[in-house]
Amino acid sequence: MKFKKTGVIAVAGVMLLTSCSSESGTPAKGTGDGSGSKVLVFGAAGAPSLFDPFYTSDGESARVNNQMFEGLLSLKPGTADPAPGLAVSWEQSKDGKQWTFQLREGVSFHDGTAFDAAAVCANFERWYRQPKIARTSAVSHTWVNDFGGFEGDKTPSLYAGCEAQDKSKVVLRLTNPSSKFPTILAHGTYAMSSPAAMEKYNANGVEAKGEGFAFPEYGRLHPTGTGPFAFVSYDDSTGTVKLARNDKYWGEAPKITGVEFRTIPDETARRQELEAGTIHAYDLPAPRDWQSLKDQGFQVVTRPPFNVMYLGLNATTVPELKDLRVRQAIAWAINKQQIVDTLLPEGSETVTQFVPRSVEGYDTAVEGYPYNPDKARALLAEAGVPNLKIQLWYPTEVTRPYMPEPKRFFDLIKADLEAVGIQIEPVAKPWAGGYLSGREAGEAPVYLLGTTGHYNSAQNFLGILFGATDNAFDTGLLGFGQELVDDLKEADSEPDPQKRVGMYLEINRKMSEDWLPSIPIASSPSALVLHGSVRGIVTSPVGGEPLATATFGE
Amino acid sequence: MFRFILRRTLQAVVTFVALTAILFAWLRSLPGGPLDALLGENASPQDRAKLVESLGLDAPLWTQYLRYLGRFWTGDLGVSTGVWRGAPVTEVLLTRAPATIELALCALVVGAVLGVAAGYWAATRRGVFDVAFLGFSVLGLAVPVFFTGFVLKYVFAVRAGWLPPSGRADLSGSIPTPTGLTLLDSLLAGSGAAFVESLRYLTLPTIALTIIPFAVIFRLTRASVAETLQQDFVRTANSKGLRNPTVAGRHVLRNSLLPVITVIGLQAGGLFAGAVLTETVFNYRGLGQSMALAFSTRDYAVLQALIMIAAVLYLVINIVVDIAYALCDPRVRTP
Amino acid sequence: MTTAPAVPRRRTATARPGAQTLRRLLRQPAFLIGSVITFVFVLVAIAAPVLAPHDPAAPLLLDQVRAQSNPVPLPQEGFPLGGDPAGRDLLSRLVAGAQQTLVVGVMATLGGFVGGIALGLVAGVFAGKVDMLVMRAVDVMLAIPSLLMAFSIAALFAHPSEWTLILTIAIVQVPVFARLMRGSMLVQRDTDHVLAARALGVKPGAIVFRHMVPNALGPVIVQATLSLAVSILDAAALSFLGLGNPDDGRPEWGQMLGGAQQYFNSFPHLAIYPALCIIVVALGFTLMGESLRETLDPRTRR
Repeated sequence: MKFKKTGVIAVAGVMLLTSCSSESGTPAKGTGDGSGSKVLVFGAAGAPSLFDPFYTSDGESARVNNQMFEGLLSLKPGTADPAPGLAVSWEQSKDGKQWTFQLREGVSFHDGTAFDAAAVCANFERWYRQPKIARTSAVSHTWVNDFGGFEGDKTPSLYAGCEAQDKSKVVLRLTNPSSKFPTILAHGTYAMSSPAAMEKYNANGVEAKGEGFAFPEYGRLHPTGTGPFAFVSYDDSTGTVKLARNDKYWGEAPKITGVEFRTIPDETARRQELEAGTIHAYDLPAPRDWQSLKDQGFQVVTRPPFNVMYLGLNATTVPELKDLRVRQAIAWAINKQQIVDTLLPEGSETVTQFVPRSVEGYDTAVEGYPYNPDKARALLAEAGVPNLKIQLWYPTEVTRPYMPEPKRFFDLIKADLEAVGIQIEPVAKPWAGGYLSGREAGEAPVYLLGTTGHYNSAQNFLGILFGATDNAFDTGLLGFGQELVDDLKEADSEPDPQKRVGMYLEINRKMSEDWLPSIPIASSPSALVLHGSVRGIVTSPVGGEPLATATFGE
Repeated sequence: MFRFILRRTLQAVVTFVALTAILFAWLRSLPGGPLDALLGENASPQDRAKLVESLGLDAPLWTQYLRYLGRFWTGDLGVSTGVWRGAPVTEVLLTRAPATIELALCALVVGAVLGVAAGYWAATRRGVFDVAFLGFSVLGLAVPVFFTGFVLKYVFAVRAGWLPPSGRADLSGSIPTPTGLTLLDSLLAGSGAAFVESLRYLTLPTIALTIIPFAVIFRLTRASVAETLQQDFVRTANSKGLRNPTVAGRHVLRNSLLPVITVIGLQAGGLFAGAVLTETVFNYRGLGQSMALAFSTRDYAVLQALIMIAAVLYLVINIVVDIAYALCDPRVRTP
Repeated sequence: MTTAPAVPRRRTATARPGAQTLRRLLRQPAFLIGSVITFVFVLVAIAAPVLAPHDPAAPLLLDQVRAQSNPVPLPQEGFPLGGDPAGRDLLSRLVAGAQQTLVVGVMATLGGFVGGIALGLVAGVFAGKVDMLVMRAVDVMLAIPSLLMAFSIAALFAHPSEWTLILTIAIVQVPVFARLMRGSMLVQRDTDHVLAARALGVKPGAIVFRHMVPNALGPVIVQATLSLAVSILDAAALSFLGLGNPDDGRPEWGQMLGGAQQYFNSFPHLAIYPALCIIVVALGFTLMGESLRETLDPRTRR
C-alpha cells in the first residue's frame, strides 16, 4: 500500500528522495497482471471515491463496494427487484411500520467477527447517529434522500429504531410505512460493515476542511464487509483497487481469485486497453462503438433502461412557463422519437413519465406528447406568447449515461423549439462550473438533465425530483406543487403494494396530463463490454454488477 | 552578490504570497465549484445551503483565506474533493508527483541529449541531416501535443501492440517501491524485468512530451554552435592545426552550451503544461492528469496546490537563471 | 506552451525592411513555403462562404445518423468526406473552419500583441517603480505555465464562447509580448539615434513614438507571426480538455479536433483532417516567422 509514501523533491535539478514505504495489508493472493491469471481486471471510468458504502453514492464506488459488502437484501440478478441477502426472509407488520428480518447464519466479516443481529443494529445506529458534519447530502447522500433526518434533527427520520430479538432475528421500526421498504435495503449504501472494524478505524470520523470533507481510515483503507471479495489495496499512483477472494465466504466462493479495478477515465483509452488485452472488461462503452466491439469478438451486454432524460423547466425567471399551455406547447414541439433514433442506442425508448417503463407505476395508457409542432404553435398562440424568447441551458465538460454528448441533444431540441417560433438563447455552462448550481438556484428556465434510479420504485425517481415544492423545478410556483408533494407522500406511506402502485399510476397520469412540471423525453440502456472469454456476469439495470460469478471460459 | 540574491528571493516570496491570495479569490469567484461536484445532479437548494453552512463557507472570503493560510502554515493544504475524494491534498501530491517527475525528467533528458547531439551534428555537418532535423523540429512545434499522443498510441500500442496504450507500470506487487519512480525503483531492486516493464510504459508518453523541448533545444544548439564556429578562436584553433575533436570538445561545445542550458532550465516549466495534455492522453497518473481532473471536478484545493507548485518551480528556476547570469555578467540589469 | 523569449538581445536589428531584406527573404525556401501556405489559408478563410458546398451548421445528413449502427455518415454523393456525428457536411466544416481558425488566431494574437505592447511600453518608458511593478505583474503571469493559465482563465467565464476562447489565449500571450517589448525598448533607449535625438532636445513623447517604438517593434512583430501558430495550437489544446467554445455552429479546427477525440478508434478521419489542417497552417506561420526572425536579426545571419 502506498499511502505512507513520501517523496520530497528538491528542484533545480537536484533531487532528494526520502521514503518510508510500508508494505502492509494482506499479501495479494491472486493479484497478477491480469492476462492468463485468474484475476479479473476491470477498466473503470473513474476512481472510487471511498470504500465506505454509506458515504458514497456514485457508480464507480458502488461497483467496487458491491463486491466487498452485502446488505440485508440483494437484487435479483438482472433486475432491480429485492431478493434475500444477509437476511433470508422478512415480514412486515400490519401497520407497515415494523419489519422483522431473519438473518443468515454462519456469516462472518472479513476481519473474522461474526455477523449477527447486534451487528445489524450497530450499523443502523451508526447511520442514524452520524456526526453533525456528516449530515449533509454531500456526505450521507442516500440516507438523506431515503430516511430524511438523523438522531435529534428537526427533519423527521424514517428510521425509528432497531432491536436484536435474538442472534439471528432483528426488528426494524419506522416512523411511518414506506414504499421504499424493504427494497432500499438492497441498495449498496445500506450494506453491513463490521462493527469491530468501524470502531477500530473510526468510521464516523468525518471532518470538514475547506471546501471538502476528510474521511477516516475505515473507508479509505480498511473496509470490512461480508462479501465474496475482500479489500487488498488501493494505490492512487496507479489508480488500481485490488480485491482478493474471500475464501471464507458463506455462499459459493468465486472461481476467480481476485478482482482488480483500474481507473481509465478516457473512454477511447478503455477500449484500447481492452483491445491490447490489458483489461478484461469495462463499463459504459459509447453506443457508436458497440457494433465494432462485437465485430472484434468482444461481448457487449446491455442493461435494461433505468434512467430518464428530461427537459427541465423552471418558471422562476420566465413567468410564461407558469402557463400549462406553454409547457405543453414545448412538449408537443419536441421530436422525442428523433432524439431516441439518432442520439441513443438501440433499446432506448421515449417516455411520457419521470420513471422508466420497467418501473411499477409507469402508466402505459398515458399518451404524453408525441411530436406535433402544429399543436405547439396553436397552444403558444392561445397562451398569447407566439414569440416566446427563452434561454435553453446545456452542460459542457460532461457526458452522462442518459445523455452522451449533451450539445447534440441541445442542437436537436433547439431546432425543434425554433421550428414552432420559440426564440432560443443558448446558454452553455460547465457541469460543475455553474450548470448544476445555476439550475438549483432556478436560473435555468429550460435545461437538459436526467436521473438514474437505484431500486425498483416510482418513489425512487419521483420523490427525489418532486418530493418538495422548493425543489430545483420550483414546482411551488406552479399551483399544483404542494398537491404533488402530498400525493407522493401519501403513496409512499401506503403499506399495501397493490394500492400503492395504483396511486403512482394516478400521479404519473396527472403529472403528464394536468401538471407537466417538466418534460420527460427518453430512457436508454447502457452497456458493459467483456472480453470474449469472460462468462457468468449478469448485468443489472442499476449497474455495479456482482463479479463473484465470473469465470474465464475458452 | 549576496544582497542581489536576497533581493531576488524576497521578491519571489512576495510574488508567491500575492499569487496565493489572487488564486484563492479567483477560484472562489468562479461559478459552481467543488460543492456542485459533491452534491450531484439531484441536489436541492436546501441541501446546498446546509452544506455551505456546515463547511463554514458562508464566512467572508478573507476569513476563509486566513483559515486557508493558517492551515497552509501547518503544511495542511486541505482535502481533495474530486481527484481523490477525502484524501489530504498533500497525500494526493506526494502520490502523484513521482510519476510526473519521472516523465518530465525522461522527456527533458531525452530532449536535451538528442537535441544537443543533433544540433551539434547539424551545425557542423550541414547538408541533408541539417535540413531533415530542421524540418522535423519545425514540424514538431506545429503538431498539437495531444494529437501526437493519439497517433503514437494508435500506431504503436493499438495497431502494432508493441507497447501498452496507457497507464504506468504497477510494480507494487513485485518489488519495493521506495521512491515511486519506477525506473529508479527497478534499478534499486536490481530487477531487469521491472526496469523493462517501466520503460515500456514510459516510452510513448516520453516521446510525445519530448518533441517540443527537443525542437527548441535542437534549434538553439544548432544556432549557437554555428555562431561559435564562426568566431575567431575556433578559426585560430583550427589554423593552429588542433585536431577536430579537440576543437569540438574544448572550444565549440563549451562555448555554445551556456544559452542552451538556460533554455533547458526554462523548458522544465513548460513541461508541466505539456504534461497536462500528455498525461491525459496516456492516462498517466501524474500531477498533469490530476490537474485536468481537478478542473472538471472543480477540486479547488488540489488545483490551488498544483498551480502553486508550478509557480514555485518557475520562480526558483528563474532565480537560479538570474543568479547565473549575474555571476557571468555583472552588467545584468535587474529590475 | 509559448517559450518565454530569452533575455533581450543587445544587438537587435535596426530593421529597415528595404528591398535588400525582401530579396534575402525571397531567397529562403522556408519563407516561400511559409508564405504560400499562409496565403492559401487566408484565401480559403476569406472565400469560405463561397467555397463551402453546404451550410457547415446544417444537419443535412441527420436522418442517416444512428447512435449505434451508423454514428458517422459515410462519404456519398455531394458529401465527398461524409458527415460529422451531427450529420453536417465534413468538407464544408473544414472549409468554414479555416475562417473561424483564422479569426481566433488573429484576434487572440492581436489581443496579446496590443496588451503586451501597452504594458511593455509603459515599463520600458517609465523606468524605476512603474517598470518594477509592471514586470512583477508580468512575472506573476509568467509564473503560471501558459497553458495552465489558459485553463484557469477559460474556466473563469460563466458563459464559455468563441470570445472567451479568444480572450483566454490573448491574455496568455500578453506577458510574452510585454517582456519582449520592454527588452526591445530598453535596447532602443541606449542606441545612438535616440541619444542623439535626446541631445537635440526632441520632446520625450516624440522620442518614444517616433524613434523608439517603430524600431522596437521589429522583434515583437516577428513574435506575433509565431504567436499565430501558438494561438491555433492553444485553441486546440483547450478544446481537447473541454474548455473551448462549446458552440460548434461555426466550426474551428481545434474544436473539431477536440470534439473528435472520442471517435478516434472507429472514425479516425474525423480527427485527422482537422489535425492536418492545423499542422499545415501552424507550419506555415512558424516557417514564415522563423525566416523573418533570421533575416531581421543579423546575429543569426550567416
